[in-house]
Amino acid sequence: MNQSLGGVTITPNLLLFGALGGAAAMAAVGVVAFNNAVRSALCLVLNFFLLAIVYFTLNAEMMGITQVVVYTGAIMVLFLFVIMLLNLGAPQLLRDREDPKRWLGLLLGFALFAIVAGQIFPSLLSHTNIGAVDGYGSPQAIGRTLFTQYVLPFEAVSILLLIGIVGSILLAKRRI
Amino acid sequence: MADWFLNLHPAWQALFRVLLFVLPVLILVPGSIWWERRLLSWMQDRIGPNRVGNITWSRTSRFVPSFLRGKKWHLQGLLQPIADGVKLFFKEDITPANVDRAIYFIAPALALFPAFTLGATIPWGPFRSLTPIADVNIGVLYIIAVSSLGVYGVVLSGYASNNKYSLLGGLRSSAQLISYELAMSMALACMVLATGSLKMTGMIEAQEQALWGVVPFLQNWHILTPYGLVAGIVFFICMVAETNRAPFDLPEAENELVAGYHTEYSSMKFAVFFMGEYAAMFVYGGILATVFLGGYHMLPIRWDYLHQSMPSLSYLWDRFEGLDYWFSPIWFLAKCVLILTTYVWLRATLPRLRYDQLMSLGWKSLLPLATSNLIVVALWIVATRVYGPMGGWAAVAVAAVILFLLYKAINRLKPGEKEELASRTIEMVDVPPARREVEMVDPATQAG
Repeated sequence: MNQSLGGVTITPNLLLFGALGGAAAMAAVGVVAFNNAVRSALCLVLNFFLLAIVYFTLNAEMMGITQVVVYTGAIMVLFLFVIMLLNLGAPQLLRDREDPKRWLGLLLGFALFAIVAGQIFPSLLSHTNIGAVDGYGSPQAIGRTLFTQYVLPFEAVSILLLIGIVGSILLAKRRI
Repeated sequence: MADWFLNLHPAWQALFRVLLFVLPVLILVPGSIWWERRLLSWMQDRIGPNRVGNITWSRTSRFVPSFLRGKKWHLQGLLQPIADGVKLFFKEDITPANVDRAIYFIAPALALFPAFTLGATIPWGPFRSLTPIADVNIGVLYIIAVSSLGVYGVVLSGYASNNKYSLLGGLRSSAQLISYELAMSMALACMVLATGSLKMTGMIEAQEQALWGVVPFLQNWHILTPYGLVAGIVFFICMVAETNRAPFDLPEAENELVAGYHTEYSSMKFAVFFMGEYAAMFVYGGILATVFLGGYHMLPIRWDYLHQSMPSLSYLWDRFEGLDYWFSPIWFLAKCVLILTTYVWLRATLPRLRYDQLMSLGWKSLLPLATSNLIVVALWIVATRVYGPMGGWAAVAVAAVILFLLYKAINRLKPGEKEELASRTIEMVDVPPARREVEMVDPATQAG
């Protein structure tokens, strides 16, 4: 069962990661490829959800669940609200005309990908058994670090959130 | 038997656990539909569906045994949900024109998905190889995460219906959902703080200790502690709002919005919405039972302590402990049914909240209450660690008084303002400008 493909043994974990990562990558492409704004947003929701599942398979549960709570559950809901309230026009109007410069853009995108990948891939290819150790990034560890080592940034961020809330209420308030 | 199960591949074990949770919920959904219709009817002084499937055996036929001839078997309307399902299955499936097809078709599934997924971390019994489906280190956070996914089904079904009222219903419902999931998260955060663990099994273990730390023969069910009572009530109200049930069902109100976000869904898609709503009610009831009502235990009595303190009656305590252990799914189910009954009771009793009343309740009453409860719990824990149990109680009393006075001070009436006993009026803030003064022309003087 455990065959080898180009020096990498095929394990169920690898297959699972391939499925999830591939679907997430396709969803990410779908975000920019769709003409319909709501479908783009839904592709992004799918991408975030699949990424959260990838985190779960890597034994980083806190990371995954935070991804679901914050990104999928709050930020994307906000995105969807705004898109629905904006009431954008029909998808036909949003399609760009045929432009020869888009091939140049595609080429430059690939070049960027090649530069970044050339730096990352060689060091990653040797690792086949990936996953966090038990307790890495657990709520206990995060809490302990947050309240001892990073307590001042934590308090500063909470004041920033308070400013944001007060500001949004002030902006949206009706005249008294 | 247990060895055979534990030697399976973990994926098969997980599948078995999933089936062991999902299949009973699927079977209990029609049961809860029946129970709701009957109980609602009794509370409204009528009988409810009791005619479906009643069997009247023939009086003269030779094929009927003699002791059955002429007898009537009343099935009390238990087949009514099956009849409903058959009707919905055979109904014409109308898809309106100009809908966004892909989103229109997946929206009911998106509404059903969180209802079942929510139950992955709920332990319905003490058998750790069978339940919960995943005993992760973040059990309570998982519930918060999945309940925030419930917004998608609602808002997408409202949007995809190509119907202004559905869109409005969907947006209102999603605003309601995100408002009440905050207070719900705060209530759960209180219990996490009090317990010290995010695991659901950790919640149950914390509720197996002595009540308030001092009463040794009673279990520390969280609803019996002061902070747990407040958090439980807040969680219950938010739970009713999260499942869009009366009195929070403005988004699907027939009078206002013609059934709101699921207007344009007929037959099976509507059945999926319906099923998702009842499954969500059940699973949220399970969460309330686990976090606040002691989970799968029968009574808040610690049988092992009674074993030690009254060994003469140990035969009796053994019987009770065995009853508590082996019938624990039944006790869990009983608690879920109790919470479902309370849901139906609320629907029968309370009138629907208007949208601004709903939002005001969520933001101005429940969220401050839940947050101050969190502060009180934190204060309790610190004071108990430093000064002992009595110091904890004293600190909590002082904190409760301070918070109550603060609440009164913030909401005090301005001088000259009477207290409105029933706030039924709506204040118009942007009053339209007064019309131009109409000139009265006297025909007698102008005609000439």
